[in-house]
Amino acid sequence: MTTIETPRSGKIGSGKIAPKYNRTGSSRGNFEMIAWLFMRLSGIVLVVLIFGHLFVNLLVGEGIHAIDFGFVAGKWADPFWQFWDLAMLWLAMLHGTNGVRTIINDYAEKDSTRFWLKMVLYAATLVIIILGTLVIFTFNPCPVVDGVQLPGGFCPAP
Amino acid sequence: MTTEMAEPASKIELPASVAGDGEIPTFHITLRVRRYDPEISEEARWDDYKLTMYGTDRVLDALHKVKWEIDGSVSFRRSCAHGVCGSDAMRINGRNRLACKTLLKDLDTSKPITVEPIKGLPVEKDLIVDMEPFFQSFREVMPFLINKGHEPTKERLQSVEDRERFDDTTKCILCAACTSSCPVFWTDGQYFGPAAIVNAHRFIFDSRDDAGDMRLEILNDKEGVWRCRTTFNCSEACPRGIQVTKAIAEVKQAILARKI
Repeated sequence: MTTIETPRSGKIGSGKIAPKYNRTGSSRGNFEMIAWLFMRLSGIVLVVLIFGHLFVNLLVGEGIHAIDFGFVAGKWADPFWQFWDLAMLWLAMLHGTNGVRTIINDYAEKDSTRFWLKMVLYAATLVIIILGTLVIFTFNPCPVVDGVQLPGGFCPAP
Repeated sequence: MTTEMAEPASKIELPASVAGDGEIPTFHITLRVRRYDPEISEEARWDDYKLTMYGTDRVLDALHKVKWEIDGSVSFRRSCAHGVCGSDAMRINGRNRLACKTLLKDLDTSKPITVEPIKGLPVEKDLIVDMEPFFQSFREVMPFLINKGHEPTKERLQSVEDRERFDDTTKCILCAACTSSCPVFWTDGQYFGPAAIVNAHRFIFDSRDDAGDMRLEILNDKEGVWRCRTTFNCSEACPRGIQVTKAIAEVKQAILARKI
């Protein structure tokens, strides 16, 4: 009698499927659903925020010629624009990070590569979000260091 | 006894190409087959076969001609050979199709026609892949009727509208053309894959089935419907014309509607 060999893709005793192709157990939870929903909702809001931002900065009044340090300082003196820029920063960063996260999930072939790429991504995101938030809320257009006005040109003398 | 009359000549007009003495146009093709035999070499290679084929021939007929007349070691799966059993899905000229449903004359016969095994599943030999990982995720979605009510004495009746709701996804023949065309599945094979979701869809939207919520819960997984990137490769590959990406989107919406 001839015996038929087990398929090459599966090792004897390890079930029928080679470990490489075996599905890892289920991982329930709503995170992926929320991430999917967040991408769509933040995308819609970002369209409004970004085009509003471009319109106000580049088209209104003198338009692009008015942009300088003073222009940005003036905008950030207004809580409305502080909130606008904060929302834009957070949504854009989280939207972009989630997008790159899915790309890493799709394209990284080794679990360790996938893990470290994501760690680098999260670290970069965290630094930028914290730094950006800090800048928006602690921005001082006329900083004084040791009683000396830093060069700016348009600030009143202390 | 009266002798039977000979059959009269057909009165149906045939186009010039098949008229005359029933001659079918022939043409020459080069069939380039991806060969892999681990008993000889771990490396896969391409083999070219020059064939004279007829206008009515399919890629499967070309493969038969090679196997039966030129090289008997060429291995591939086929059962019904008429596009129903789903055994002979393969990558023909870079696209997943059924060899038994692809006419040679519809391909570019001036260039070699490449035939490869479907991607993302372990190749056993030549065009034969191990379908077990594919069926594993298929089984996980419980592709069978679950009904908690009393067992009826007759068939379970359903309105035409209710039947229409999931009609498209009943057409699946499990050929794996969709799943093995999905770039997300290619990465690590952990994604459920379009075919499993299509077969879950077929029961989720069946009014006679009571386990829809359970299946939605299964597909609300890290490797479930949310890994779909809507590249439409699956819809394009499906030899049955199932709107696969649409079915996946419907399952996504059903999960969302249930959670929110």
